[in-house]
Amino acid sequence: MASDPRVPAAPRRHLLSVSDLSREDVERLLETARSLAAALDREVKKLPTLRGRTVVNLFYESSTRTLASFELAAKRLSADTMSMRSSGSSVDKGESLKDTALTLAAYDPDVIVIRHPSIGAPGLVARVTAAHVVNAGDGKHQHPTQALLDLYAMREALGRLEGLHVAIVGDVLHSRVARSLVQALALVGARSLLVGPPTLLPDGIEALGCEVSTDIGAISAADVVYVLRMQRERMAPGEAYVPSLREYTALYGVTPERVRPGQVVMHPGPMNRGVEIDPRVADSAAALVTDQVRAGLVVRMAVLYDVLTVAPATVPVAAVVA
Amino acid sequence: MTLFCRNGQGDSLTLEGRVLAPAQGIDECLSITIEDGWIRRVEPSGSTRLLLAPAFVDPHVHLRTPGREDEETLRSGTEAAAAGGYCAILAMPNTDPVVDSASVLGALVERARGDAAIPTGFMAAITKGQRGEELAELADLAANGASAFTDDGRPVASAGMLRRALRYASLTRLPLALHCEEPSLSRGGQVHEGGVSAELGLGPYPSAAESLMVERDLALAGLESHPIHLMHLSAKESVAAVERAVAEGVRVTAEVTPHHLVLTDDAVRSLDPNVKMNPPLRAEEDRATLLDALRRGTIACVATDHAPHARHEKEVPFEEAPFGVTGLETAFAALHTYLVLPGLLPLRTLLERMSAGPARAFGLQEPAVEVGARANLVELDLEAEWEVSEDGFRSLSANSWLVGKTLRGRVVRTIAHGREVFAA
Repeated sequence: MASDPRVPAAPRRHLLSVSDLSREDVERLLETARSLAAALDREVKKLPTLRGRTVVNLFYESSTRTLASFELAAKRLSADTMSMRSSGSSVDKGESLKDTALTLAAYDPDVIVIRHPSIGAPGLVARVTAAHVVNAGDGKHQHPTQALLDLYAMREALGRLEGLHVAIVGDVLHSRVARSLVQALALVGARSLLVGPPTLLPDGIEALGCEVSTDIGAISAADVVYVLRMQRERMAPGEAYVPSLREYTALYGVTPERVRPGQVVMHPGPMNRGVEIDPRVADSAAALVTDQVRAGLVVRMAVLYDVLTVAPATVPVAAVVA
Repeated sequence: MTLFCRNGQGDSLTLEGRVLAPAQGIDECLSITIEDGWIRRVEPSGSTRLLLAPAFVDPHVHLRTPGREDEETLRSGTEAAAAGGYCAILAMPNTDPVVDSASVLGALVERARGDAAIPTGFMAAITKGQRGEELAELADLAANGASAFTDDGRPVASAGMLRRALRYASLTRLPLALHCEEPSLSRGGQVHEGGVSAELGLGPYPSAAESLMVERDLALAGLESHPIHLMHLSAKESVAAVERAVAEGVRVTAEVTPHHLVLTDDAVRSLDPNVKMNPPLRAEEDRATLLDALRRGTIACVATDHAPHARHEKEVPFEEAPFGVTGLETAFAALHTYLVLPGLLPLRTLLERMSAGPARAFGLQEPAVEVGARANLVELDLEAEWEVSEDGFRSLSANSWLVGKTLRGRVVRTIAHGREVFAA
């Protein structure tokens, strides 16, 4: 019902949400990323795969690692890239997302990678343009390439995903990373446990197939401790979900005492050292943070390759009418 | 007199078909002769092709006038209502400026006398500017034709202010129509709090944000013995509260929208801005409870909460879209298709809740099939299948959750206040 009749309805592969993916999709993407990683070990790091294709990065939120990683991913595949940030662009002049998307679409980009503060923005771009759309983060909703790169880094470090036990610690309520990752872990048969203060654990999240605990001690059983960023803007007066950062850190900070030997620690970045993660943990051998960044490059290469070359699956349309 | 429309002669015509008028206990094939707008003869007939019923009354419509005539005007909104089978509607005062003074109300009444295709009533604000701080001039507004009072679009947040309004409104005998929402619980809320909000990351708007306010408002209405009408109920807890209050003798009526009767928050997974409304779509249990309350009469009114929005304002990411959907032109067909045909709601109950129920709640003349009554009739083709399309609306806005859907049952003619205002 949301489709715009003025846009050709040719089915295209997008990556809007992990919930659109099947287990086979995830396995294929991780396999592709792995073979791309092998190719990147060569002296010349550029592949001709997407020569002549155009990838537009449309970023409405500040981002360092995601934008850099998408740009480099497109370049390594020999695509032409163009990055637009909302500041200093026509968005400053009040242009709507639809009009910005239509303007960029006039250049016939093959892929539009979009990051936007509002939930549903990537879907809108997919409806009004003919490009393949990749969601690089929309509000508190989804960040699917982050989830995929996390799976990739976990498998590289631990050799498997099936049966893995992952504890995700912190501000789940506001985290698109947590939502995407829980869905991705469920797809590959891994177990996830969300740990945080009750005010930052949304009601009903168990429906995604995870367990929930308010006890930091519960992380000791996990193979992976995945630390979420504690967003300081959540501490504004009237918005405070916990009494203070000090109390949050005391109860849920991931310290060396709380990490068991053999566990690996992950963080999507940017880190607040001394808040959600102790610097000694962040700098320890158990931390996979830079592995995650490296995984981001190959996984995003795989995603760009995949949306452009793999035939679209029939996208299940959620039943709207009861 | 609290309804206003274009002046003009009543029409003369004869309608035939199966007449279903639940309030009059009629269910038989009849021919109804209308002369100069009045029902003059009702006689047996053999025709069964079409269904004739008392026309509908919508107690909750946003006509967006004054201020947003690009989204709806008195003319377009009442023509949309006529096409939906309505013979009377009540318009909300959350316009720009707000209908909170006799001068704004007077200008609307004047315009309705020129533009309104069907009788239209205007609710006036409870508080000045709907800010919840000072009472509007309720007595003056009533004297100038207000049909009820409401701050719809927002709650009267202060309990003390609502109590004073209830007490003062007794001067007017007009009910207060209340939008129940506790703002500290709904703040930032976009969709029902539950599995879907958790999964999508959309701001949660819990059922308690409504039901807590419903409980408060019922307590105050009981305290002041003044009638209230609860708008667009969405949560099962609210229904339970209304049932308790009715048992205690509180004078309360309630309405429910087609979208809350048909959809659940599961529909939000599409992130289509046309399933974003306030209150939000809730869980299946809530939907079932609302439907049951409508069947039993605890909720006696179907109201569309027709809320037109400019296309460009809804063509944005879900999170940025304004709340509200249109409904005047699809209400009957949607409820017939999704509730009557599957056997979930008797047709006669639907017809009663769309006509006599809302008329009674607001003290309006009930549309009736009887000799000597002004003709207010809707002719329905229950077999007709039609696809809802963006181009097919008389409303100036097309933000309907039904676009693209095929519905069964169609309004083919509407007689409002003795005049044929719509014929397919």
